[in-house]
Amino acid sequence: MTENVHTLDTRGLSCPLPILKTKKAIANLASGEVLEIKATDPGSVKDLDSFCQQTGHQMISSESAEDGFFFKIRKG
Amino acid sequence: MRSTATVSERSNEQLNQWFDQRFAEKMAEQEANHIPSMTIIATKGTLDMAYPPFILASTAAALGWEVSIFFTFYGLSLLKQNLDLKVSPLGNPAMPMKLPEGPSWLKGKEIPMPTSIMTLVPGFENMATGMMKKTMDQKGVARIDQLRELCIEAEVKLVACQMTVDLFDYGKEDFIPEIEEWVGAASFLPRAMNADVNLFV
Repeated sequence: MTENVHTLDTRGLSCPLPILKTKKAIANLASGEVLEIKATDPGSVKDLDSFCQQTGHQMISSESAEDGFFFKIRKG
Repeated sequence: MRSTATVSERSNEQLNQWFDQRFAEKMAEQEANHIPSMTIIATKGTLDMAYPPFILASTAAALGWEVSIFFTFYGLSLLKQNLDLKVSPLGNPAMPMKLPEGPSWLKGKEIPMPTSIMTLVPGFENMATGMMKKTMDQKGVARIDQLRELCIEAEVKLVACQMTVDLFDYGKEDFIPEIEEWVGAASFLPRAMNADVNLFV
């Protein structure tokens, strides 16, 4: 079974653009599908967590690396 | 007599238990179905003060909230078709004045002059506005017209103050057509009363 990988690159963008772009990208997904997000805004770590809590999506992983932040969110 | 009292005590207790449980269920159900809402009053028309209402409104909309912004006095400038917002160092003593570009020894350095003196230099406001816009662009901060568009897309309700238009003799044709309505305080307050979050900017 192949699963489409949905990705979103928000590198270089500041608050609130990573959240707004995530919201838009997730709207196009089916429930249960996963969106991978890249970001450089340090605020996005807590903000995306809060976004998931408020909107019923699931944060599967949230990683900080040298070159940015990487998130995986499953649509609720 | 005694047994009757016991029976009624028991049924009372059962009734209380049932009510507590039902009440908790109903409250949880209501909370789960509740859509949060926010109203913002935007009163400022400068570039820096245009950000809080549009950032908060677009983000709240992304969280699934219902949002209305009431634009009044100088805040009405944020709804003009032609956005030409400026930022002034005057009255903003905390505003950092750093050059966004130039030779490395100068770039990012604070200009060592009180903002009250800076504003006396002709053309300084335009320069400060240019510097702010350049810095925002470099840091990936959205432009105001972009954020406004995102708000409109997310169905944030833009409400304009009728009195302000009359006061400053504005023409309604100068404003974006997405304005939901032109009203006064009495129309906006009931909406604010029902909102979970109310902000004055």
